[in-house]
Amino acid sequence: MSTLAAVLADGMIYAAWLFLIAAGLTMIYGVMRILNMAHGSLYTLGAYTAASLVGAWLRGGHPPLGSFLVLGAAALLVGLVVGPIVERGLLRFTYGRDEVVLVLVTYALFLILEDLVKLVWGVESYYVTEPYGLLGTVDLGPLTYPIYSGLVVLAAIAVGLALRWGIERTRAGKLLVAVIHDREVSAALGIDVSRVFLVTFTVGTTLAALGGALTAPTVAVVPGMGVEVIVLAFAVVVIGGLGSVPGAALGAVLVGLVRSAAVHLLPQLELFSIYLVMALVLAVRPRGLFVAAEARKI
Amino acid sequence: MTRTPRSLAVSIVALSLSLAAPRPAAAQAPPAEARPFRLGVVTFLSGAAAGPFGVPARNAAEVLVEALNAGKGPAPYAARGLGGRPIELVFIDEAGGTTKQVSEFRDLVQRQGVDAVVGYISSGDCLAVAPVAEELKRLTIFFDCGTPRIFEDASYRYVFRTSGHSTMDNAAAALYVTELLPNARKIAGINQNYAWGQDSWSDFSAAMTALRPGVEVTTSQMPKLLAGQYGAEISAIMAGRPDVVHSSFWGGDLDAFVLQAVPRGALRRTTAVLTCGETATHKLAGQIPDGTIIGARGPHGEYAPDNALNRWFRASYQDRFVLTPNYPAYHMAQAILGLKAAYEKAQAGRAAAPSQDEVLASLTGLTFATPSGDIRMALGKGHQAVEGTVYGMAKTVGGKLTFVNVRRYPAERVNPPEGVKSADWIRTLTASPR
Repeated sequence: MSTLAAVLADGMIYAAWLFLIAAGLTMIYGVMRILNMAHGSLYTLGAYTAASLVGAWLRGGHPPLGSFLVLGAAALLVGLVVGPIVERGLLRFTYGRDEVVLVLVTYALFLILEDLVKLVWGVESYYVTEPYGLLGTVDLGPLTYPIYSGLVVLAAIAVGLALRWGIERTRAGKLLVAVIHDREVSAALGIDVSRVFLVTFTVGTTLAALGGALTAPTVAVVPGMGVEVIVLAFAVVVIGGLGSVPGAALGAVLVGLVRSAAVHLLPQLELFSIYLVMALVLAVRPRGLFVAAEARKI
Repeated sequence: MTRTPRSLAVSIVALSLSLAAPRPAAAQAPPAEARPFRLGVVTFLSGAAAGPFGVPARNAAEVLVEALNAGKGPAPYAARGLGGRPIELVFIDEAGGTTKQVSEFRDLVQRQGVDAVVGYISSGDCLAVAPVAEELKRLTIFFDCGTPRIFEDASYRYVFRTSGHSTMDNAAAALYVTELLPNARKIAGINQNYAWGQDSWSDFSAAMTALRPGVEVTTSQMPKLLAGQYGAEISAIMAGRPDVVHSSFWGGDLDAFVLQAVPRGALRRTTAVLTCGETATHKLAGQIPDGTIIGARGPHGEYAPDNALNRWFRASYQDRFVLTPNYPAYHMAQAILGLKAAYEKAQAGRAAAPSQDEVLASLTGLTFATPSGDIRMALGKGHQAVEGTVYGMAKTVGGKLTFVNVRRYPAERVNPPEGVKSADWIRTLTASPR
């Protein structure tokens, strides 16, 4: 019983972390058809910015609880600055090209951003550990969890619900769905497609940075920390179906639970477990769990 | 799908290598005596291992070579450079994986014409580079990587390692645990899933079983290298209520494990044995719980002996970089001083530079002085060093990390004898006489 509870708790915490990163990746692909290889670098940027800002906040003698707001602000800052610069300055020149070209462009961007991080922050590791222990812990049977992990789960749920509400219930969301469905017809109907792209990329960037910012207190912030993460996020997105936010949520939960079960019950399988889920899902549904039917142009 | 970034990375690296401008060949250089000794130094300058390992090692190489070239080294290293010949460093970033490192090694030897290579922190890189060094017939000194397999599974003429291998770390860790924690019966492990982590755990668990028959392993976790998130692993460790958790984690992974385990109280009733813990003590001093068992892969850092070489090395390093040198920095010093000792012994008072063959012969089986004490090239037919090692327990006093219960283990106590494989030897380990 206690093992089951631990599997569920650890699985959900891991799933929340994965979803925060995968949501932005899948959204950008869904709308813009860009497989953003630089997503991991945006995550890294979020983590470094959060480490620097929270560090400055605490050194300034401000109330420690405010550091949670600073984590969010760091993500927003990266999203609002880097998102538009990358979209307007680079990606808009590549729209309409083959998806492979876009993979190469964002891969180049990944290399540039990794070096940029090294240029600004160097290769030394950064620590911003205070927020992790700030809220205390909660006991779950023999195990103790930091309340911070619960906060990350709440943040992931909030992001998931906000994206769902935004896409289904708002005018902007309906325009977005139209653009996803057919870029050209949407443009012909007067939808400002380039603005939709700008907003999507900015939101996606903010989500990647939020993932990084919320991870920063639990790790040493080091160069290249986004590289491993992006591989996992790709697995989650592929399981869920490229471009589907509910798919990313389900993919993250599946991967989180299976990985956590493996760690608790059969640690030898841990490394393989994520790819086992991916292989099984793709064997049954080759395009992932949630892929919307595409309109065929005649 | 998820493989795309890697294969892309490989092709882009291959492309950039093939486009690199040709450099002047070694053949056009001036005669050997006037020419500086070109030393390739390979260490992590980017990626997660750069901050705690690669950069301190590079810093040590810089500071040391500068002092040696100026003739400022203490005895027995007072001669300028290598026997009067200045050393010129060529740095290469170790990041990027074994395929890239093999190409970089070829480039160093064949195009840059280095006279020797000192390098490699990753065991994977050492295993991949060793046969290539042999093929290209260039003196290569591994300075930090740990896997014992290099000289146990093969025999080399051009390859040396001037630091002890990981069997020593884990044999000593098990001895320390049995001596200081007499009631520890349940052990757990969390190690990275590659050569280093797997070898470390199998050595430690085998040594514990030999020293304390009936010891129970509650769980052995092997997360991926650079995984960063250890929530479920920490839960699985806590659930088994082990007395001891062994980890050979290093760098950012070690930091992340400590940062995630400590707030959860995972290290409150379980004592962590961190075989590479010394690198984390420089930055995480306030986070490491009292009683945590810390290793430094030899008598390095705070565990280094108080001798003239160590005082000189520490002072020169600290003058430039403020922080004290950590164990990868000491390992780098061992490699460079080993090369200098061998070169000058081969030179035997002549003015002319010794041939590579003469240097190889004199480094084989050599004993030389280092800031960590004397190093003997005693294993692997004289190509693998043995050194003693040290373990201690962390204790924070007035916000500063200190070490208590420090125990020193002589080299022959924690290393297999020549010709015996580590994996076989460690099963025969017996407790120290009381």
